[in-house]
Amino acid sequence: MLRLYGQVISSRLLLGTAQYPSPAILEEAVRCSASNVITVSLRRETAGCAEGNRFYELMKRFRTYVLPNTAGCSSVKEAVLTAELARDLFKTNWIKLEVIGNQDTLQPDVFALVDATKILIEKGFEVFPYTTDDLSVASKLIEVGCKVLMPLCAPIGSAQGPRDTGCLRAMRASFPDIPLIVDAGVGRPSHAAMIMELGFDAILLNTAVAKAEDPVKMAKAFAQAIDAGRLGFQAGLLEPRDIAVSSTPVIGQAVFYEA
Amino acid sequence: MRVHVNGEEVDVRASFLSDLLNELGFQGDWFATAVNNEFVARDEHASKRIEENDRIEVLSPMQGG
Repeated sequence: MLRLYGQVISSRLLLGTAQYPSPAILEEAVRCSASNVITVSLRRETAGCAEGNRFYELMKRFRTYVLPNTAGCSSVKEAVLTAELARDLFKTNWIKLEVIGNQDTLQPDVFALVDATKILIEKGFEVFPYTTDDLSVASKLIEVGCKVLMPLCAPIGSAQGPRDTGCLRAMRASFPDIPLIVDAGVGRPSHAAMIMELGFDAILLNTAVAKAEDPVKMAKAFAQAIDAGRLGFQAGLLEPRDIAVSSTPVIGQAVFYEA
Repeated sequence: MRVHVNGEEVDVRASFLSDLLNELGFQGDWFATAVNNEFVARDEHASKRIEENDRIEVLSPMQGG
């Protein structure tokens, strides 16, 4: 059973809510994915428009845990302020902490990430850091109090899938007791299955589902792939071999002689 | 009094944040606020005095990844 900061999570698919063709398709995708953690964000509200209120009402219907993000923040101060606003609004200590260091790659500024994490944990937040697969950064994040890590496997929205499974494997081996969630770069259900087979605990998806031709069907496909990958990991995978090994027993095989 | 709300200059009569939010039509529990880059918690809206040229941010939920 997956636990994130003490909460039991029934699905290993965490789903972002952005970029869907319509609120109705988003709602159906959330339902069909069986996800019980969705990510959300905060933006300026136009007076008298109440657009945020409409999304707030939709979000409440999902009956999932809400994981607000600090998307778009590129400094410690911005990220901390956004987290405080998110906690006031969404009434949760959870925060998906993003501090962007490069606008082209959307890679995290890991130094600012560690600093912001430290401040937020002192303020009582439960931080889900969007980080890299760097083990020393991961150690620092755990040192300052993170109980979950969310490494990218490729750039956000790139759909490239895991670019370096060796690094992901090393991360799993180094932190066997910390829930590891791949946060970005997954493009296909097969990518998700591969990551889960490495022993990762969950996957956070958005673009790959929302921008699919049929987001609802894709949400189901990812849910099944994630479950399959997890089962495969639990079942114990066979390591690749360099030579062929017959699967049919050779004992008792008839011996024919050429005339 | 002139203040900036979400980057736009507006004229308001209110002297406290809660009154200002009401005046501008922000009612309910679906937004969060900051004044001059400092977070102002919901239960402090009524006591937060607004000054000329204050920069007020009113943020609401939106879709995110």
